[in-house]
Amino acid sequence: MKSAFWKRWGLLLILVTLFPLTIVLPQSGVINPYINLVLKYVGINIILTISLNLVNGYMGEFSVGHAGFMAIGAYAASILTVWVFPREAGAFFFPLALIAGGVAAGIAGLGIAVPAFRTRGDYLAIVTLAFNMIIKSVLENMEVIGGPRGFMGMEKLTSLAWVYVCVIVTLFLARNYVFSNFGRGVLSLREDEIASGLVSVNTRQVKVLTFVFSAFLAGIAGGLFAHELQFINPRSFTILKSTDMLVMVYLGGIGSLGGSVLGATVYTLVLEGLRTVLQQFGISQEWRLVVAPLMLILLMIFRPRGIMGLREFRFLTPRDDQPEMLAEQRKRIKAASRIDEVSP
Amino acid sequence: MEFYVQQILNALQVGSVYALIALGYTMVYGILTMINFAHGDIFMVSTYLAFFTSTLILGLASGLNPIVVFIATLLTAMFGTALLAVVIERLAYKPLRTAPRISAVITALGVGLFLENFMVAFKPVGPAPRFLPHLIPAVNFNIGGVTVSTIQIVIIVVSALVMLLLDTIVRRTMVGTAMRAISWDKFTAPLMGVPVDRVISMTFALGASIAAVGGTLYGMAYTIDPYMGIRIGWWAFISAVVGGIGNIRGAMIGGFILGFVEIFTPVFLPSTYRDFVAFSLLLVLLIFRPTGILGRPMVQKV
Repeated sequence: MKSAFWKRWGLLLILVTLFPLTIVLPQSGVINPYINLVLKYVGINIILTISLNLVNGYMGEFSVGHAGFMAIGAYAASILTVWVFPREAGAFFFPLALIAGGVAAGIAGLGIAVPAFRTRGDYLAIVTLAFNMIIKSVLENMEVIGGPRGFMGMEKLTSLAWVYVCVIVTLFLARNYVFSNFGRGVLSLREDEIASGLVSVNTRQVKVLTFVFSAFLAGIAGGLFAHELQFINPRSFTILKSTDMLVMVYLGGIGSLGGSVLGATVYTLVLEGLRTVLQQFGISQEWRLVVAPLMLILLMIFRPRGIMGLREFRFLTPRDDQPEMLAEQRKRIKAASRIDEVSP
Repeated sequence: MEFYVQQILNALQVGSVYALIALGYTMVYGILTMINFAHGDIFMVSTYLAFFTSTLILGLASGLNPIVVFIATLLTAMFGTALLAVVIERLAYKPLRTAPRISAVITALGVGLFLENFMVAFKPVGPAPRFLPHLIPAVNFNIGGVTVSTIQIVIIVVSALVMLLLDTIVRRTMVGTAMRAISWDKFTAPLMGVPVDRVISMTFALGASIAAVGGTLYGMAYTIDPYMGIRIGWWAFISAVVGGIGNIRGAMIGGFILGFVEIFTPVFLPSTYRDFVAFSLLLVLLIFRPTGILGRPMVQKV
């Protein structure tokens, strides 16, 4: 009985007990500001990776312009907190600004997805890329929000606690999304688009909705990113940022939430670690940027599915989808069919 | 009137460089249905090859005929770049030929960024912009109010010759026939005795050496830096898509269209809108005519 209780509520309990720690630890100085910053980046990268994994991993489409959605989320949220919401109560309106940023990115995603999915498969890559470039170009030309100089004036609202909450909510939403009935449609699309159309998956709707959801998550991550740095400029959201996201997805593993968490964590920590390693050996920091593309190439050749490719951690799988539950279900179906065979 | 003639001339100059690079994108796509995102950076490497070769030649023997120096630089850049492209193809793309198409595209993106960041981090190159030494004495002619420089003439004439040559290679020679056979049906072509691996390597070599011609010509007219592969490469890529990716003549037309976009955008809008106009053109075209100007529609078979 006790084990059943832990199975049902254990994860929730752990998550809830961890939450106060994310407030107490940075404030009491147990973890220094640098580690705090790195942890926040890890969280933001986890959200970004899950966002891109939904499209590239679960759905098997290919987007290379997610930094564009991140940019929209970042700018929308920052504009709200700086110009619209009262400054004194900024912290209370912060979640609202984040969600607004996500929604703005989602709307942009809708605008891109509707025409993009009318064309052939690999054209989505080109369309999203063009979108990323256009967003950067538009932001650079809008003098109102700083143009190429960037936008600033945000307060440092992104705390470890907020990042933690956002990561947990993202994981929860994404898990429920991919394990839902609708999510099976997403997975079937990856395996064979025509066949899934034949078993009455509304392929267009599935594609567009997944893309919008993914853009929404990228927008949320953008808002967190902007309020951490307190300064954003169009050059932060170039194709390089999109490539970082691609590396994290393919490092962690396509079609896996656990993989996304792992990929984002490992990648962020490795890049931060390299900073000190290079410093120790007196090599210029520019070599750090060579590592990410090299990692991407080697991954694609030797382990294209990443660490966790298409597998999932137990605690991220709903109970009905865990292996023994599936086995039991299979047994039950078998038993039922046997009765049917005998009864007539 | 003179103003427009002058601008058209400038557009032809820029457009021919775009067209030369676009050819590499389109040839690889035609044969492998793979978008070789590293091509812009291969072009960037070629300009540095031209830079180092010409500096070396002029440093060793300064009294040489400029034509000889120019041709020597061009050939070295072409050969070196072709070698680089073949090595990249063998090491990075060949292992992925049976993998999902997305893998190859991501790898190409990675290779491009790798070349770029490597050149920035690599001390002899570094991030600072550079000038190629003057390979050809720059003389300006004034014809009826329009200024024409020797460099402009060389760029337009050499590009036109190279494009003609390529068109002949693809249409008239054995290699060209083999390339077209593979792009037509890559499963039947090997059954007819076409050596697929060798032809694919040759396609990469050919595409890269044409990009090297573009790179050398570009370096004669503008400054070069390790990041230019992004901008020039993307513009050339748009050219290839606008013309109809996979279609060689389409790439040439697309290159000139983008040349005109680049030169004539500042006439109507602030010049910072150039990227915006180019990528919007791409987006609009993909929505209304996804196969480009000369591309054939592809039928999806179950």
